[in-house]
Parts: sequence; structure tokens; C-alpha cells
Amino acid sequence: MNKNLYSPLIFELSQAGRCGASVPSYTYAEATGKHLPDSLTRRAPLELPQVDELTVVRHYTNSSNNNFGVDTGFYPLGSCTMKYNPKINEAMVGRAGIAPLHPLQPVSTVQGALRIYRDLEKALAEIGGMAEFTLNPFAGAHGEYTGLMVIRACLLDRGEHGRRKVLVPDSAHGTNPASAAMAGFEIVEVKSCPDGTVDVDDLRSKLDDTVAALMMTNPNTVGMFEKRIPEIAKAVHEAGALLYYDGANLNPMLGIARPGEMGFDVMHINLHKTFSTPHGGGGPGAGPVGVRAGLEKYLPNPRVAEKPDGTLTVEFGADSFGRVSAWLGNFSVFVKALAYILTLGSENLMKVGPLATLNANYILNALKDLYELPIPGPCKHEFVFDGLRDKSQGVTTMNVAKSLLDYGFHAPTIYFPLLFHESLMIEPTESENLETLDRFIAVMRQIATDAATNPDKVKGAPYTTPVTHPDEDTAALNPIVTYTQLCHK
Amino acid sequence: MATHPYLPHTEADLARMLAAFGAAGLDDLYSDVPAELRLSEPYRLPAPISEAELDRYFASLARMNRELVCFAGAGFYHHWTPAVIPAITARSEFLTAYTPYQPEISQGTLQYIFEYQSMMCALTGMDVSNASMYDGATATAEAMVMAVNSARKRRRVLVSETLSPAVAEVLATYAAGLGITIEMIPEDGGVTSRTSLAEQIKAGDVAGVIVASHNKYGIIEDFEGYADLCHDNKALLIIHSYAADLGVLRSPAEWGADIACGEAQSLGMPLNYGGPYLGFLCCRQALMRKLPGRIVGATTDSEGRRCFVLTLQAREQHIRRQKATSNICSNQGIMTLHAAIYLSLLGAKGLEKVNRTGFEAAHALATGLCATGRMQLLFADKPFLNEFAVKLTDPLTADAVIEACLAKGILAGVKLTDDTLLIAATEMCSPADVNAYIETVKSL
Repeated sequence: MNKNLYSPLIFELSQAGRCGASVPSYTYAEATGKHLPDSLTRRAPLELPQVDELTVVRHYTNSSNNNFGVDTGFYPLGSCTMKYNPKINEAMVGRAGIAPLHPLQPVSTVQGALRIYRDLEKALAEIGGMAEFTLNPFAGAHGEYTGLMVIRACLLDRGEHGRRKVLVPDSAHGTNPASAAMAGFEIVEVKSCPDGTVDVDDLRSKLDDTVAALMMTNPNTVGMFEKRIPEIAKAVHEAGALLYYDGANLNPMLGIARPGEMGFDVMHINLHKTFSTPHGGGGPGAGPVGVRAGLEKYLPNPRVAEKPDGTLTVEFGADSFGRVSAWLGNFSVFVKALAYILTLGSENLMKVGPLATLNANYILNALKDLYELPIPGPCKHEFVFDGLRDKSQGVTTMNVAKSLLDYGFHAPTIYFPLLFHESLMIEPTESENLETLDRFIAVMRQIATDAATNPDKVKGAPYTTPVTHPDEDTAALNPIVTYTQLCHK
Repeated sequence: MATHPYLPHTEADLARMLAAFGAAGLDDLYSDVPAELRLSEPYRLPAPISEAELDRYFASLARMNRELVCFAGAGFYHHWTPAVIPAITARSEFLTAYTPYQPEISQGTLQYIFEYQSMMCALTGMDVSNASMYDGATATAEAMVMAVNSARKRRRVLVSETLSPAVAEVLATYAAGLGITIEMIPEDGGVTSRTSLAEQIKAGDVAGVIVASHNKYGIIEDFEGYADLCHDNKALLIIHSYAADLGVLRSPAEWGADIACGEAQSLGMPLNYGGPYLGFLCCRQALMRKLPGRIVGATTDSEGRRCFVLTLQAREQHIRRQKATSNICSNQGIMTLHAAIYLSLLGAKGLEKVNRTGFEAAHALATGLCATGRMQLLFADKPFLNEFAVKLTDPLTADAVIEACLAKGILAGVKLTDDTLLIAATEMCSPADVNAYIETVKSL
């Protein structure tokens, strides 16, 4: 990380006449003098930077030094499962020979690629306890949307047109209600008990023949296992609805239990969480969707299918609810996830959940005397503090988060879930060793001490980052979202 | 516990950690999971393998794939990826970061998204861009949703028959869920029927009109008068494009469009058997608050230095939940960095050259293929950039052309029907490749 900001924009490094790329200059006699009609061509000049290659390389290299990733340091961002992204996974994307493959080339020439898709799909089905998966959805929220469209197709097929509601716990990720709305459902919130789990009585009172599905994470967003899940599944199914598993919190269940056996009918998995593919500063991720037996035919097109002779093909099913992607999804992400599964193998995948849970509980117990723990442990992969225990000096969760940056840690997730005012949600993952956890604990304790004895120091943080406290209000009030607008402000 | 490179816990660590909070074993941490739900045996998955074995495995899969000289397009184009791009996008400071929620330590990500937004606005002529959508198809679906959300009660959307069928199918999915009625605008001579559009839009209740600048036959469509027609009827004009084309084509803003969307894979992104690619979505200033997804804005920090933040977050799912403009959360992140580097390296001149080389190769190929007498242009009077459709002369079939070319290591194109083929060319096709294709057809 830089201590000083590297700040020019690539546009500001531009000098007329420079170019950073070489393009083949083939010419063809047959095309000489041919042009598109003027009416179809660009009028205004195209204002892109004009820069030499080294300038581009230095610009983005220096810019990268303003950034913090998992490879920089501990990244305990709750609900995001920022585990180590193995380097070999990246290398295997090149090794698998997929780069030049056009999505519409004959299936006989892409058998290796289709094998990757199929093998990953099968491995996820084994881990999720589902009959089949599609890997087409591009991200977790896209997976939720896809799963809900599967549910919609199933209900319409049964002739149940009146099931327009999706139940969502009040602790759910924002994507759950948003995805249900995109799929055209009405959203009804289900209350949480004081221990953060679903209030089953409230749930029962809302289950009727207008309900399509209940969406749940398990463990939930406060890191608690929903132990009444068998009862919940039974109630949901008796009401004729389906149970959806948001796989954002699947990591602690590796080696412990399968969503399928918990009674879930449809689920998605975030490959960029549980299966170690890098998040890329916002993507690309992948949100494969699995379904229990009987729902496979509704999965989105296209589908990868195995032929009797063992070769693979791409099919379009007649009962599918349709397409959510132009082709089979973020393919290179599948290579990375499959590489991760093969490298860990069955025996190590079994350890991932327990070790992630151990790391979380170790931190929880070492800090609960100084930070408010609204829901007692043991937790699963993550837990939530409701800010400092001693709030008398007015030091907030935001202040604690910003202080952590000065110590070389990424901040936890803050102000989520919405169940508490000062939520500070910590998820260490299994990747972190004991020394890192101890260092983090020591820093969190130091911040708590400072909050009591020198609160202004904590409130003024961060001090050592490339920039300090950005003015987000002005940014939203007078949005400047392009270089052109910046020049004319 | 045996160690694995990704699992750092030693037996001594485990003992110390469990003792720290008085747990007897890891099982204690799962006492709340009912016994009947617990896995009774390990996953039926292979045993762990080393990096060397993994490498051998993926190399064996690679041998089951075949790299071809690519004359296929249909929305996905084979362009060169400058070596700078993978070198930079692989930097783990960028690659292993999450969404930039902590701007103080995320200026790298925030700045390249701002640069990307600026470049996409330069290409499309629009005022505002978001920080990406998943792909061109979902970007177009979100554009449709924007139009409907801006139109209060009007829920009909007109979609040209000449839009890529894959994109149209994704639109149909999103429309079905949201109760949006899609009505197709028929094609006439390979392009959107202007007469039909005028009639359909006058029937009222139309929120948006979706057309493709580079259509499913490769034809570059003329949208003169479309914007007035849409705006006179209170509908938004949405133009779908392929990003690289916009280096030379009249921009969506220059056609008077309200929303520009499409696929940016053509900015040198590897074909990668379908992804990751990059959907772009840009609009006029007035529609900014209807845009889905992340948007990065410029501001200053407490010491007055220019910096960047995620802005207008009140549109988004983590704040607005079911009332958000969309459910999108993760988008295509690092692919926007790819696009920003590509456009920085090429600049307007480089992009023009890429387009010119593709134009010349495609026109030379079309001329050469038609001269064989085995095929003719499906729409001879329509302009194209780097892609065209041909009708094969009976008894030649699309399958026969594809099969014969495959034997020569050439991907002939994409079959449209039994006797029509869609063919694209880019700067990646050399004159020798173009010639080999023509010779193969001659030999049939």
C-alpha cells in the first residue's frame, strides 16, 4: 500500500499523437476505397487517452498500490468470505486452453471445456446435496434470481398462479429481497428471534397458499446456525412452498452438512466466496444454482449434457424457464473453482468449514469483553459485534473500522446486518494463521483501549492511508462520474 | 490435523485455540447442528492432488479443445489481447480486493472504474455509465427495466427482430418475471422495419424501444428519425452495440438514444468459451438515478485531495432492498479494468485501425466467397462492418461449409439456418487465413 496517493487519471497523462498498441495493418485490394456510409459513422471525435505503453503500465501499477487485497493483508469482511485465492488457480485458466474458444464453435472442438463445466457441476452437487447444477449465473444475486425463476416455473407448471410472495428474514442480505423483486415476487419479511434466528411462529403465521418460497441463509447473517431448519423445511413444504438456500454463508458448512439434506429445494453458491475465486474488486464472480431432483428441467438454457457415449454436448431444454446469460456463464471462474476443489480434495474440503468456524470463535472469545456481543456464541464462520461495549466516549463502529486501516487490516463489514445499530461483522475464513488472528485481536484491543482513553485519536482515523475521509455527501449531491464532468465542474 | 498449503493450522495451534475458549474439540462448535443433518461420510470427491498433478490434468483437458482460426462472431469477436492487460489485471492488489467499500484503501479500484465510466461515455456519447453489468444480454435486460421504471404505468417494450436472439431470450426471461410485455418489431430486408415500428409505437403504452446498431446479420442499421419517433410517443430509445464498433460507428447519443447498452467483449477480451465478458450500460443525465449497479464519483478527502467513492448508493440493493433499481451486487469488476487498459493502449487511432482491419478482411472475404459462386450475400444492399450473412447456393449447406473448414482448422462462422451462415473477421485473421477460407469453399 502507498502512504501517499498516486492520483493522476490516465486522461491527464495523454499527449496527442501517442499510442500504446500495435495493430496488424493488413490491407486487401478488394476493400480499397470501401467505407461505411457517412450517415452511419461517428461524428464527434473520440476522446480517449493517447498514451505510450510504459505510461499505461506505470499508471496502473502505481494505481494498484493505492489498493488493498487479500494478498496485501487480513480482510475480515463479514459475509464476503475473503479467503486466500490460490495462484495455481489463475495459472490453470491459461493451462486449460479455453482462451481462444468461441462459445458457438462445434461441441466436438470444446470437449475439454465442457468437461470442466460438467465436473464442477457434479462436485457442487455432491457438496450441496442437490441433484443438478447450472453454472450459468454470473454472480450470487444473479444466482438468486435464477433460483427464484426456477421456483416460479415449477409453480406455474403446477398451475399455482396465486403464489406471488417470497418470504425473507429481516436479517437477510439486501440481494434476497431485491432478487425476489426482479423475479416479480412480492416480498414479506419474517421476524428474527433475539438470538438472530428465524422466528418460526412468525414464519408459520405468514405461510399460506400465496407463498412461493422462503429464502434463507444457513448459517444466517449473524453467523448462527438455524437449528430449527428441519421444522422450518417441513412447515414450508406443507404449505406448498419451496425453500431457497442463499449460499453466501456456505463456507462453514463444508465438511458438516449439506443444504439438500437440510430440506432446501434450490440453492446458489458463490464461487468467489466458498470456492476461492478472486473477487476482482467487484467481479467477475459466479453463482451456480443447484436444484433437488424433479426441478432440473426448469434450469436455465443452455445446459451441458452428457451423451450415452460419454461425450458432452450443449442443449436447450423445452421446460427451461429461459436464458439468464448469452452462453454458459463466467467460464474462466469455473476453472479456478474446479482447481481449488481438486487441490484440496475431499479430505481437506471436509476441514474448511470447521477451521473457518474455529477462527471466528477464537476472535469472538478474545474480544467479547471489550466489544458488545448481542448474540452469544459459539458462532459459525462469522459473528456480529454491536460496536464497543463502552460507548461512553462516542466512538462508533465506523471509527473502529477506519482505525483498523491504519494497522494494515481491511475493515470488517459494518452497519450490516440491520438488526443492530453498530454492527461490526467479522469473518476471518480458514486461510488465516494463528499469528494473524492474534495480531488482529491485539489491534482490536488497542483500539478499544484508545477509544476509552484517547477517543479523538480513534475518531480521526485513518491517518496513514493514501486518502483520508472522502466527502461522500458532496459526491452524491453533485455527482461527477466522468472525466468530462470533472473538467467542467 | 495434517497441513495443506491453504490450511495453516498445526496440531499445536488447534490445541491452543480450542483451549483459549474452553472447547474440547471442533465438534463442540457444531453442537447446534442436528445429528441427522451431519455428513455421515466424507464427500465423494477425489483425494487431494499436487500442483504438478493439477497442471497435468488441465493440460490433458486442453488437448480436448481445439483452437481454430476464428471467423465466428454473433456477438463475440476474436481480438488481440495486448500483453499489458493480463500483466496488470493479474496484480493481486486489484484482483484479490472486494467491492471498494472502504474508499481510503480502494482508490486503485475506484479510479479505474471512474476511468472506465469516462471511456464508455466517450464511446457511447452518453453522460453517465455504471461500473458494469454481467454481459451484453443482462445489460440490455436492465436497460429495459430502466425504461419501464421510468415510464410509470407503461409496460410494453418494443424489441427489434434483428437483435441478437440470445440477447432477446434473456430479455424475454426478465420481462416474464416482471410482467413486462415484449412485442417484436418485424425485420424488413435484414433491418428493423421502420414502418412497423411507427405503427406499433402509436398504439401507445410503450416504455422503450430496443434496437441493435450491429444487428444479428452483421448489418449496421440506420436509426435516422427513431429518437423523434420514440420521444414523440414518450418512449425511451435503447441502442444495443458492441463496444469496439463504437470506435467508428455513429454513437448511440448521436442517434438520440436515451440508453446505450451492450457487450464490451470486443475490447480485446479473450473468448474464454463464453466468459467472463463485460456488459456496459450508459444513459443520459436525466436517467442517472434509475441506473442499476455501482457508480463511482469524484470527490475530495478531508485534506482536499481528489479521490473517488461509490456514489448514489441509495439506488442499490444493500440500502433499498426490494425497492432497489436492480438486485445486482457483484458485477464484472476486473473486466472494467481490462476495458480501461485496452482503450488507453489503443486510443481512438488504434481502435479505428482495429475496425478498419476487420472491415477490410470481412469485405475481402465476402467478395472472395461470393466469387466462388457457392454463396451470395444474404442482404447485398446493406452496409456491414466486420460481419455479414451469406446464403449458400443449393446444394451447399452451412453444416458442409463448417465441416470442411474445420478440417482445415478454420471456424467458418455461425450457422443461422441450414443454408445461411454468419461470418465475421477481425484483425486476428491474416490475408492467408482469408484466402484459406475462400480456397476451402472453392474446393467443395
